[in-house]
Amino acid sequence: MSRITELRRDAERRGLITAPGFIDLHAHLREPGFEDSETIATGAHAALAGGFTTVCAMPNTEPAIDSPGLIAQLLARGDAAKGARVLPIAAITRGRRGTELADLIELAAAGAVAFSDDGSPVADAQLLRSALEYARSAARPIFEHPQDLSLSGAGVMHEGAVSARLGLAGLPAAAEESAIARDIALAKLTGGRLHLSHVSTAGGVELVRRAKAGGLAITAEVTPHHLALTDEWVAGSRAFAWEDDGPRASPYDTATKVNPPLRTAADVRSCWAGLMDGTIDAIATDHAPHASIRKDVEYQEAAFGISGFETAVPLLLAGVAAGWGTWERVVDALTRGPAAVLGIDVPADDLIVIDPAAVWTPAAASLRSLGKNTPLLGRGLVGRVVAAMVGDELRLETALA
Amino acid sequence: MTWQRRHVLATDDWSRDEIEHVLRTTDAMVEVLRRPIRRTPALRGRTVILFFAESSTRTRVSFELAAKALSADVTNITASGSSVEKGETLLDTVRTLTALGGDVIVMRHAASGAPYFVAERTNAAVINAGDGWHAHPTQGLLDAYTLRAALGDLAGKRVVIVGDITHSRVARSDIDTLVPLGATVTLSGPPTLVPSAWRCGMAPRGTAYEPDLERALDGADAVIALRLQKERQHAGLLPSLREYARTWGLTDERVARMRPEAPVLHPGPMNEGVEIAASVAHGARSLIESQVTNGVAVRMALLYLLAGTPDARELSTVDASRTA
Repeated sequence: MSRITELRRDAERRGLITAPGFIDLHAHLREPGFEDSETIATGAHAALAGGFTTVCAMPNTEPAIDSPGLIAQLLARGDAAKGARVLPIAAITRGRRGTELADLIELAAAGAVAFSDDGSPVADAQLLRSALEYARSAARPIFEHPQDLSLSGAGVMHEGAVSARLGLAGLPAAAEESAIARDIALAKLTGGRLHLSHVSTAGGVELVRRAKAGGLAITAEVTPHHLALTDEWVAGSRAFAWEDDGPRASPYDTATKVNPPLRTAADVRSCWAGLMDGTIDAIATDHAPHASIRKDVEYQEAAFGISGFETAVPLLLAGVAAGWGTWERVVDALTRGPAAVLGIDVPADDLIVIDPAAVWTPAAASLRSLGKNTPLLGRGLVGRVVAAMVGDELRLETALA
Repeated sequence: MTWQRRHVLATDDWSRDEIEHVLRTTDAMVEVLRRPIRRTPALRGRTVILFFAESSTRTRVSFELAAKALSADVTNITASGSSVEKGETLLDTVRTLTALGGDVIVMRHAASGAPYFVAERTNAAVINAGDGWHAHPTQGLLDAYTLRAALGDLAGKRVVIVGDITHSRVARSDIDTLVPLGATVTLSGPPTLVPSAWRCGMAPRGTAYEPDLERALDGADAVIALRLQKERQHAGLLPSLREYARTWGLTDERVARMRPEAPVLHPGPMNEGVEIAASVAHGARSLIESQVTNGVAVRMALLYLLAGTPDARELSTVDASRTA
């Protein structure tokens, strides 16, 4: 009996859930350049603790991952970490400056699984057109961060009733929707492989739905926080989108500052609907750890991002428990869905074990990520990953219930 | 009621009782300010730190006079000349202020929410003297006090707030204070300067948006004009100050649409000829000078409630209001 079968049987005997290892299309591991926020090693282990046995690392590091040498280095560090498998995403444009294409074919040959300037959109439509056309020769998808910068301006949270009350500049839903509309038009023009990162608005989901109905081969992802938290969290709510009431915290907690921003409960509902009907292909964490120095400041000044690996499973389980989605579809969007986006197979020798009844409270000291920036600190959660096997090797095992 | 709050950050979560309590305490302070020697020992031995990270003369001086009238020791930390300008973080500043051992930190800051950041990290009581676009609770309270002195009970009264609502902490605090006292608020101003949510059916409870100022003023009980920041024009939000003045400026003709003697307020400093005509600003309806006087009394009341010493017995009227 293989070790993976053994682990599965043991888990099932204890009443635990097993699943193929989750694949995260979107994570920031911060190395090189921001090792006070995360390293490839800490990130790869935090990912495992969240059930992700494969993570795609975004290239917005310092320097940006835009050369084959940097890809090789990242792959070597990922192997050495013995956590989740680390797959590098390379920048679309040299230095992520948005002015000229990086060497996409060489980057793909070196091991880049996709291209993205994430953190920023490719604002120049002509350049994105070229990227979508040229990347076909590299046989890799373009992961686009949909945001109209001229419309989002100095915004720091979702524009709506809550931003109006708090006196914070807003990022309107239209800034995402208009960018998605442009990106879809360019995908249609070029026949390129477009993947839309972190779709967060009802309007964005609808645009993707219609494009797919029209036969366009695009894909899209949504994050766990956009499937559970709302803009009311900036004002201090700690109730999930499906809860009328819940715990409260202080307003202006910079851990709630994320881009795209936490939206309304109606947007959360639409994201679940899009996930359930296949409009959205994958759930990706957009794990964005930050050292406290970039978060322990005024709300306007704080960096965008939520440390997301380790709380993904309980957020998704809560949404399923509330009836907003099904666990089968969630698992599919964490395994087969992202694998299809990358054009790879789901690794058959990866397995994770989840205790769906484990009650726990995220605390800065217990998170494996160096980024403690999550608004879920101190909030009771249900469900936790207790074991993870990568390539038939047990790499995470917490005290089983 | 017994006063429970440690900080005054915003009045958006205050009960009507709490607002009334501050207004009653303000009555006692107005009485103190009418005495020949305008000073009581209620805060003797207490230190009030005025931390103004955004320039302000009027509010800072008002707090300074309030603290001194209560016999507190007052220290100023302003943006110019302090380490704030040298790139010191707010966290560093809070640590320093806390180590200095002030009893009350009165703070103004350009970032919405900054007083919450400070309040969570210090032992001192924090009074928000204006944070970004968010709140200016002492202005809201002094406007309520001023309006009540002029109009009596505010229940059923309709107050117009006209101008740049989006970027106005005064508008938010006025709404948060006047609505719990029973007033309704009509917001008016250019659509580009009113939050989109508030124009599309999600206006705060007790408020409504009326873009046409003349319609807004018809039969109103009072109007509060807001200062128009000239940079809004450069941000593409306004075509010109001239057009603004012609459409949303308070003129004698427009003010006459309100009920007879309905008062005019402005938080200052004014752009006369833009949001308010000089004849209105200095006319019979204007309560702008009363606002300044009442501002000192309201700030005394809050300083007293947050940091008054138990042995300040000689101020019997204040003491009575504190425990009433």
